[in-house]
Amino acid sequence: MKRPVITLAFIAGALLLFNAAHFPEPSTYVVGDRAEDFSLRNVDGRMVSLADYPDAKGFIIVFTCNHCPYAQLYEQRIIDLHRRYNAKGFPVIAINPNDPSIVPDDSFAEMKRVAQQNHYPFVYLFDSTQTVFPKFGASRTPHVFVLDKSLVVRYIGAIDDNPETPGAARQKYVENAVNAMLRGERPDPDYTRAIGCTIKKKKIK
Amino acid sequence: MRILNLVSILLFLAPCVTRGQSFTVYERFEDLETRIREASSNSTLIINFWATWCGPCVEELPSFEQLNKNFGGPNLKVWLVSLDFKSRLEKQFVPFLEKQQLKSEVILLADMDADAWIPRIDPNWEGALPATLIVRNGQRELFPTAFENYQELESFVLSFLKNLKKVAGMSTNGGSR
Repeated sequence: MKRPVITLAFIAGALLLFNAAHFPEPSTYVVGDRAEDFSLRNVDGRMVSLADYPDAKGFIIVFTCNHCPYAQLYEQRIIDLHRRYNAKGFPVIAINPNDPSIVPDDSFAEMKRVAQQNHYPFVYLFDSTQTVFPKFGASRTPHVFVLDKSLVVRYIGAIDDNPETPGAARQKYVENAVNAMLRGERPDPDYTRAIGCTIKKKKIK
Repeated sequence: MRILNLVSILLFLAPCVTRGQSFTVYERFEDLETRIREASSNSTLIINFWATWCGPCVEELPSFEQLNKNFGGPNLKVWLVSLDFKSRLEKQFVPFLEKQQLKSEVILLADMDADAWIPRIDPNWEGALPATLIVRNGQRELFPTAFENYQELESFVLSFLKNLKKVAGMSTNGGSR
């Protein structure tokens, strides 16, 4: 009598496995989507969520890292963004999405060292399970997502249009986006592309 | 005026030659785009977007050199389009080329308006390096990350060419079915 139950359980299990293997990639955020909150470890050891900022008017989420020369070029500009906009209710939330087994420079220990050495005024979180960046659809470092207070994505893209010389940038995309949101307007443009480093994903063996 | 033009042409358009390694600098994406269109009308183009500062890009350069060695010729061309900064040409780019002695054609794209030209390579490309475009006769496909090894690159190229033939076959035999 037991056999049919076992067979059924086996079929159900096999179906589950099959579905898991063929389940499409979760779709990534586009402007207008509400982002899911996350809980990631900061370089100071504590876990950080967006819900920890009840007074925020929005968030400047920057996927960045230690090793990428493009991210390094933008490091000071990310610090400046936080200095300028945290007081206005838009803190920078920096997230390192890279797998340190591929890039040792992006390990949690190295994140701590870099954050301390360069006096990061913002939280620098580690997406250690690589589950947050795919939800956002971050594809490179640096890659910015500006959210409003209800976590709706309002801008996706680059910080500005001149990686090498900050003073020569003609378009300061993130600044313009946050300023527009502070005025109660929608960012324009709300999506830009830029050169950057690929996010280093753990290899599936 | 003519002399000045000639000088500027020599400086910016003519291939720059370093010891045994020449490369072309394109200030405007449009000029590269025109060349892509012309060259891909009668041969297959494999365009690798890379930079000397990009670790995984430098790691996969030998695969492109191998591809060029195995298949390069009038029917298949390998271009290595670097996105290095023009301001670091002397200090970084030229010494790198002198050391590597690449056989594939090297191009430096110095058009800073990345938001405008990246989608013209592929609408789904967001600009992460490396990325590789294969194009022939208006058909194109982007590989938006590094290749694991030479074999993966070769398979990507061969499967693109195989699918091309299929499309060509369908258009000529379409009536018989």
